[in-house]
Amino acid sequence: MKKKKELSLNTLYRIFVYVVLIALAISIIVPVGWVFLASIKENSEFYGTNPWSLPKGFYIQNFIDAFEKAKMGDYLLNSVKITVMALIILLVVALPAAYVLARYRFRCSKLLNILFMGGLFINVNYIVVPIFLMLSDGDKFVKQITGSGFFLNNSFITALVYASTALPFTIYLLSGFFVTIPRDYEEAAHVDGAGYFRTMIQIMMPMALPSIITVILFNFLSFWNEYIIAMTLLTKDESKTLPVGLMQLTQAQRAAANYGRLYAGLVVVMLPTLILYILVQKKLTQGMSLGGLKG
Amino acid sequence: MKKGKARSVFIGVCVLPAVILFFIFMIIPTLNVFRMSLYKWGGISNNKEFVGLSNFKTLMGDTNFLRSFQNTVLLIVIVTIVTMALSLIFAAIISREKIKGENFYRIIFYIPNILSVVVISAIFSAIYDPNQGLLNSILGIFRGDKDPILWLGDKNIVVYSLIIAMIWQAIGYYMVMYMASMASVPESLYESADLEGAGKVQQFFSITLPLIWTNIRTTLSFFVISSINLSFQFVKVLTRGGPNGASDVFLSYMYDQAYTNSSYGYGMAIGVIVFLFSFGLSAIINVATKREPLEF
Repeated sequence: MKKKKELSLNTLYRIFVYVVLIALAISIIVPVGWVFLASIKENSEFYGTNPWSLPKGFYIQNFIDAFEKAKMGDYLLNSVKITVMALIILLVVALPAAYVLARYRFRCSKLLNILFMGGLFINVNYIVVPIFLMLSDGDKFVKQITGSGFFLNNSFITALVYASTALPFTIYLLSGFFVTIPRDYEEAAHVDGAGYFRTMIQIMMPMALPSIITVILFNFLSFWNEYIIAMTLLTKDESKTLPVGLMQLTQAQRAAANYGRLYAGLVVVMLPTLILYILVQKKLTQGMSLGGLKG
Repeated sequence: MKKGKARSVFIGVCVLPAVILFFIFMIIPTLNVFRMSLYKWGGISNNKEFVGLSNFKTLMGDTNFLRSFQNTVLLIVIVTIVTMALSLIFAAIISREKIKGENFYRIIFYIPNILSVVVISAIFSAIYDPNQGLLNSILGIFRGDKDPILWLGDKNIVVYSLIIAMIWQAIGYYMVMYMASMASVPESLYESADLEGAGKVQQFFSITLPLIWTNIRTTLSFFVISSINLSFQFVKVLTRGGPNGASDVFLSYMYDQAYTNSSYGYGMAIGVIVFLFSFGLSAIINVATKREPLEF
């Protein structure tokens, strides 16, 4: 008798657990899915009607408007350009640095390790204004010589800032991996006559591939989604990135109530990250236990 | 001798680019935040005048700043407690119970974390919209059509609307993280606890929590710091500080003073306060959560 009562209590508990989990899952799926549906609704479908009504048809004009009138197409190109450049700069700079900092002892190697660790606590949101002022001072100086600015509204410089601010976290993550490799590999390479550079590029880098992929994934997401730096450093319309363009759309929507275009823009920003996520979600959630923190 | 030189060249070539970029774009700007806070620095005229600590004195009497301080503290406290509690509980349930479709939940719960704050803010604008919003249309079923709730327009509600968006964003990330660390707790401990008749709640508090405590500690400090930053990013798109400054937080007020209002010195003084505040806070958390680490 008692056994039976325990059993039903247990079932009740399990039902409760499922209800809560499903409710949380719904609270995530529904708003995201709703945006996809809203992006193919005509603007008139947003007025007076129930927001839950299904779209009447596939109104592709929203996407055409978003791309042409709201220039999301140009912003998309800028975003791709900056993200790719920033990732390349980051890898080229951070990989050798992480390797050397993890495996070589030299003068001030300890100090540098501490500094980069401390860099984990510096957040871009504090320093974006000084960076802006520094670049605008640089522009004033360049203008006297060439007549036009160089540092602001420059996608390469923005990519450089992205890569630099991602350095502490990336070096921290990569060094954490390099420390674990046994010394034997390097000694064997030395015996075979490989120099320092060759050892690093041909022996160590391939071994670090899983960590490198994790680094690329995390930084891709943060560069692609970043907008505080972009909004501050890229003020000219032709250099803006997708999230900044989306921000403009949300503000324009408040004034002109052009819903369809806004949701189409949202889909354009979300879709690449969602597709990437679905492809690599295992890698990403595993990588988290590696990093254990994020910036 | 030659070997030593080759080694130095190698080290230099590898480390220098990173060090240079790190100094130019992180160390120097950080030092500049402190330096600039001591100047009265107007925007267009660009004349700097050293004023010592006077910016900080003005701050103490600035009610807008004090309100942003209050909002930040409120946000940190509620968002941290709710997110930590819920993500720990969910992680424990998913990893302890044999839940069907565990992977499905893991995938779904992590989604908010991969979306840009701009995207999340736009989604929540659609949810909170007073007339066509998803939330009011659901609530309309229960309370009729009479005066819609202004989720982002009411100065008493707006902070809580922000809090909900922030919790929605963060919960999955921490849940997945805690699931990873709970997976390393040996099953045998739970089995013997079961034999001794310890309930699920008791197991959670006396086995799961103590054994992943180190992980909780590290995430806690980072969570608090990242909440300060995230609240800024949310405010910037979702409410823009409105209505009438009611939802301003630390960094949004700093950014507006420095960038939009061009009082760089004053803005940077706020930056210094935020800096010290977050360092102080993580130090306090560090000390307050110190426990003897348990081995298993």
